[in-house]
Amino acid sequence: MYLYPKWIRLWHLFNAVLFIILIITGLSMQYTGKDNPAYVVGFAKAVKWHNAAAILLTINYIVFVTGNMITKNGRYYRSERKNYINNLIRQLQYYSFGMFKGEKKPFPITEKEKFNPLQKFSYVLAMYVALPLLIISGLGLLFPEITIKNFLGVSGLIYTDMLHITMGFFLSVFMLIHIYTCTLGAKPSSLFWGMITGYHRD
Amino acid sequence: MFSGMSFYKFRIIILFIFTFISSAASAGRFGSWLKENTVQDTASYVSPYAEDNEKCFKCHGQSIYEYTNETLGRQVRELMCSDKIIKREDFYRSNHKGLGCTDCHSYDYTTFPHPGELRMEQETFTCLDCHGGDESFSQYHFEAIDKEYKKSVHYIRLAKDGFSCWKCHNPHTYRIDVGKGDYREKIAYDNAICLNCHSNFNNFQLLTNRKEINIIQKHDWLPNQAAHFANVRCIECHTRVNDSIPVAHLILPKEKAVRLCNECHSQNSLLMASLYKFESRENRRNGFFNAIILNSSYVIGANRNEYLNLASQIIFLGIFIVIIIHIIFRFIKKS
Repeated sequence: MYLYPKWIRLWHLFNAVLFIILIITGLSMQYTGKDNPAYVVGFAKAVKWHNAAAILLTINYIVFVTGNMITKNGRYYRSERKNYINNLIRQLQYYSFGMFKGEKKPFPITEKEKFNPLQKFSYVLAMYVALPLLIISGLGLLFPEITIKNFLGVSGLIYTDMLHITMGFFLSVFMLIHIYTCTLGAKPSSLFWGMITGYHRD
Repeated sequence: MFSGMSFYKFRIIILFIFTFISSAASAGRFGSWLKENTVQDTASYVSPYAEDNEKCFKCHGQSIYEYTNETLGRQVRELMCSDKIIKREDFYRSNHKGLGCTDCHSYDYTTFPHPGELRMEQETFTCLDCHGGDESFSQYHFEAIDKEYKKSVHYIRLAKDGFSCWKCHNPHTYRIDVGKGDYREKIAYDNAICLNCHSNFNNFQLLTNRKEINIIQKHDWLPNQAAHFANVRCIECHTRVNDSIPVAHLILPKEKAVRLCNECHSQNSLLMASLYKFESRENRRNGFFNAIILNSSYVIGANRNEYLNLASQIIFLGIFIVIIIHIIFRFIKKS
C-alpha cells in the first residue's frame, strides 16, 4: 500500500541528515577540550555547522507541522483515549516477547493506522513535545539577547542550555531506538525501502 | 490529581511552593539591590580634604571654568581641556578618594595662573612609589604586578615614550571593586581601558607612529565577535595568566594571543583562571551544582556536569545492550 507521499519522504530524509549533523556537532561542542580539540569536528566548525543545520531543521519542522495540518497525514498522529495505556503495553509486550513466540502483530499497519500505538506515542512525544522545546531553547542560545539574564543567581542561558541538551539527549535516544525498530519489518530492510519508494509491503 | 489528599492540603502545598519560589527570587533581586546600594554608595563620601580639593575641582571638575583675568580686568570663562577634567563623583568613588590633590600634585599648583615650568615636569608618582614595599597593600601584589608589567609588550616597546601605569589606570578614578557580582559591568570597565587607546586614534598617536588599527577587522576570524566582546575582556586572550597576582598584567604581542577556541570552551577553561578566578575560588565545593553553575555565566562546553554526562553515557549503553539482546533473540528465533 502507498503509505508515504513524496513530501513525507523528503521531510524525513532532511530530518534524518540534519539530526545526525546536529547530534555530532552538538557532542563536539560538549566534549572538545584542549587535549582533544577535534571530537569528530573541531569547536569552531561544530558551532558553525550546528547553527546552520539548526536553522534548516526549524524550517523542516515548520514544513512538517504545516503538512500535518493541511494534508490528511495529521490524522496518523491522533489517538483515541480509550484503552490508550493498555494498547501501549500490548505493543511493548509484542516487541519484548510476543514476536519471539510467533504471536500475530497486535496493531498491523493499515491505511487507516500507519503507526502502532507505541510508535505513535513516541513520535508525538518526539515531534510535538521534545522537538519544539529543543528548537525554542536552541533559539534562546542562538540569540542570547532574548533569554532571561538571571534567575535565582544562575544565568538564564544555563537553564536554556540544560533544557536544550536534555531534549537533544532524549531525541538521540529516540533516534537510536527508532532506527532499530525499523529493522522489525518483514525483512530488516523492508521498512527502509518503504521510506524510499513510498510503498509498504508486508 | 492526588487521590486521598484533601483539596485544602493541596492548596497549602501549592501556596508553600509559590511563596518559596517568589521569596527566593525576590531575595535574589533584593539582595543584589541592597549590595548595589551599599557597595557603590560612595559618592556620598566626604573627604577630610574636600574643602582643599574643591579649590582644584572648581576649574577641573567640569568642562567650563571661570577666573578673574587681571590683564583684561574681568571674569573670563573658558573651556577646560577634556583630558584635564576629573568629575568629582568619579574621584570620590575611586580608591584614592581619601587623598588631597596636593598629596600627589605639586603644591605650586595652588597658585593660579599655574607656573609654566610645572607643565614640563612629567608624571608625579607611580603606583610603587606609594604602594611598593607597604605591607598593608600586600594583598594587591604591587611588586609582582610591576614585574609582570615590565615583561609586557607595552613596557618593552613604549616605556621610553612615556608609557606608565597611568596609561591604563587613571589614578583619579581607579576603582578596584568594579563589577563585583555583575560581570558585564566589570568587562565593560576593563575593556574601556584598552579601547581608550586601541580604538581612539588620538590617544593612540600620543605614544606611537603606527597606523590606526581596526579592531573589528583584526578580529575577523573570531565567530560571534559581538557576543565575545561583550562577555569577555581583552586581557582574557591577550595576556598570560599568573596565578599569584589578582589580574594578569603580562600583555603579550598580538601573535601570542589565544586563538584556539577550546582554551576557554572546554572543561578546564582558561576563564576559570582569569575572568572567573575569584568566584571559582569561593565556590569551590563538590556537588551537583558546582559544575553547572559556573559563576552565573554560560560558556559553551565549559558548563559540563559530570553526573549528567555519566548518566547519559549509562543510559545510552543500557539501550545499546537491550538492542543487542533483542537482535540475539531474533537470530535465535530465525534459526
